[in-house]
Amino acid sequence: MSKLVKSILISSALLSGAGFGATLVSADDSGKFGLGREATPAEVAAWDIDIRPDGQGLPVGSGNVLDGEELYTNACAVCHGDFGEGVGRWPVLAGGHDTLTHERPEKTIGSYWPYLSTVYDYVRRAMPYGDARSLSDDDVYAITAYLLYLNDIVLDEDFVLSNENFLEIRLPNERNFTPDDRDQEPFYAAKTEPCMTDCKDGPVQITMRARILDVTPGTVDDDAAAGVGGVD
Amino acid sequence: MKPEDKIMTETKGSGSTNLSRRSLLKAGLAGSGAALATGALPAAARAEGDPLITEIQDWNRYLGEGVQARPYGTPSQFESHVVRRDVEWLTASTESSVNFTPLHELDGIITPNGLCFERHHGGIAEINPADHRLMINGLVDRQMVFTMEDLMRFPRENRVYFLECAANSGMEWRGAQLNGCQYTHGMIHCVVYTGVPLKLILEEAGLKTNAKWLMPEGADASAMTRSVPMEKALDDCLVAFKMNGEALRPEQGYPLRLVVPGWEGNMWVKWLRRIEVGDEPWHHREETSKYTDLLETGKARRFTWVMDPKSVITSPSPQAPVRHGKGPMVISGVAWSGNGRITRVDVSIDGGRNWQTARIDGPSLPKAMHRFYLDIDWDGSDLLLQSRAMDENGYFQPTKNELRAARGENSIYHNNSIQTWYVQADGTVENVEVG
Repeated sequence: MSKLVKSILISSALLSGAGFGATLVSADDSGKFGLGREATPAEVAAWDIDIRPDGQGLPVGSGNVLDGEELYTNACAVCHGDFGEGVGRWPVLAGGHDTLTHERPEKTIGSYWPYLSTVYDYVRRAMPYGDARSLSDDDVYAITAYLLYLNDIVLDEDFVLSNENFLEIRLPNERNFTPDDRDQEPFYAAKTEPCMTDCKDGPVQITMRARILDVTPGTVDDDAAAGVGGVD
Repeated sequence: MKPEDKIMTETKGSGSTNLSRRSLLKAGLAGSGAALATGALPAAARAEGDPLITEIQDWNRYLGEGVQARPYGTPSQFESHVVRRDVEWLTASTESSVNFTPLHELDGIITPNGLCFERHHGGIAEINPADHRLMINGLVDRQMVFTMEDLMRFPRENRVYFLECAANSGMEWRGAQLNGCQYTHGMIHCVVYTGVPLKLILEEAGLKTNAKWLMPEGADASAMTRSVPMEKALDDCLVAFKMNGEALRPEQGYPLRLVVPGWEGNMWVKWLRRIEVGDEPWHHREETSKYTDLLETGKARRFTWVMDPKSVITSPSPQAPVRHGKGPMVISGVAWSGNGRITRVDVSIDGGRNWQTARIDGPSLPKAMHRFYLDIDWDGSDLLLQSRAMDENGYFQPTKNELRAARGENSIYHNNSIQTWYVQADGTVENVEVG
């Protein structure tokens, strides 16, 4: 940066020396252009609502399973089902334990999510779908407590979740996430020239045809579609 | 089927399309047959000549519309089929869903703004730029707020990048499913972005020494968040306000979006309103529940940011069948890699038994789409078309079987495997898998 700043300053000096009313814009010695303004504490507080696994960002508050059940029934069950089982194609929130190696894994908060902080953060920032930011901090604690209950992670109906005990709760799948090691996969690690000629013995056989499944738009078959992966 | 019989042009290392005298002759014959099929000229008229030539046409006689009839121009009415399309059964609601770029109708490397695929999690936020704010907070010397006017006063850069959804081709993990490259590969677009290097904005706030991660956040109803490592943010990320020369489209984050070159589309936060600086990642919903890649072992990869080398033949393809009969055929496709430039694309017409190196035409820019062609003389027999991209990192695009052997079938994201199109004698084209 400093070299760049220097050259900009030199050309600025040349220009101003020539008597023009403007110089080339430059960052100052600390790399600043003097644009923008300081955020007020109230502004930061209004937008900075994110939570991290170490509890950073958790607001002071609490909520229990029974209050959570009531809130959930009113605000969430229409899409996610009374027991987190999901209605139609809406996301399943509970169950699916030990299904991650199955042919059709069911990835829920209980079976897949690594951190409870993500539940609190996401519900608070984006749910209910279509009416985000409508829940109070205590409401979100209560709903989070109820989601733990639906997932058999807490068993006591009187359980109270708060910023005090939040970090004591660990989700079952926390340890099953690994770093990106795609570069170790054989086809990348090798970095060798691929085959160009006579790469297979004999003519190539077709093993699967999209036309058989027939779920391309215009020919939607919901039963067939139900068996395939989605994107959300 | 001997591929050497079909290859009309040896394209390796050459931009020329020299046809041999013999194949030109053949092409001429086949061409007149094709005109019959598409031009539908009756026999009597043929003797007199094509009425489109021998008779004066309306557009040759009457005045057309004046200059201000179309203050913002749109494509010809005859291109009305070139549109984004969705697949209804993929998602529970259209506001958290995806649609697809019509790759099969496009050429070159730049996607027109109105055709760039959309992926929203809470619908399209409609924001007046005068009401938009960007906040920088967290581990900075000074927590700051910028208006759009402020941001337009920073030095700018123009860069061409592809943006590919991590789930592009995700429905194809288990097998051939959707008939058309729009559906199998259309969660991608490539435009020229104008924006401010993220580095300059972060320096304006002043990074603290323990600043290691960023959390961009959207202003929409999903308040999208991701964790971005600081090295990437300081390397080539942009805070962009223009695409292909004009303001971002609302569905692409107007008035402001993050550009994260080469990395999965989910991280390119739209309607960008805040960037928090921290010392640890946030592990938010879009990097735990979503955008993590489940392996056969039950473990899941997280932070799989880069989009690996990938390519697809856009024509012929299921939505772009061969209507012209035998003779010269342009095999056209796109290739891209989050690791940098595409250095080579090989094309096979026999399902991967034999390969020819295709011709890359147009700009070759890092982390951008590349256009490739292979010009062949089609003898009308069945083809199994494939393309295989190589990037400057030395990575070759794997087969789907190689990917599945390493990952299983439930990764959802990051399917960059080789696509096969089955071109049949009647010119129809189908999405298939081959053994």
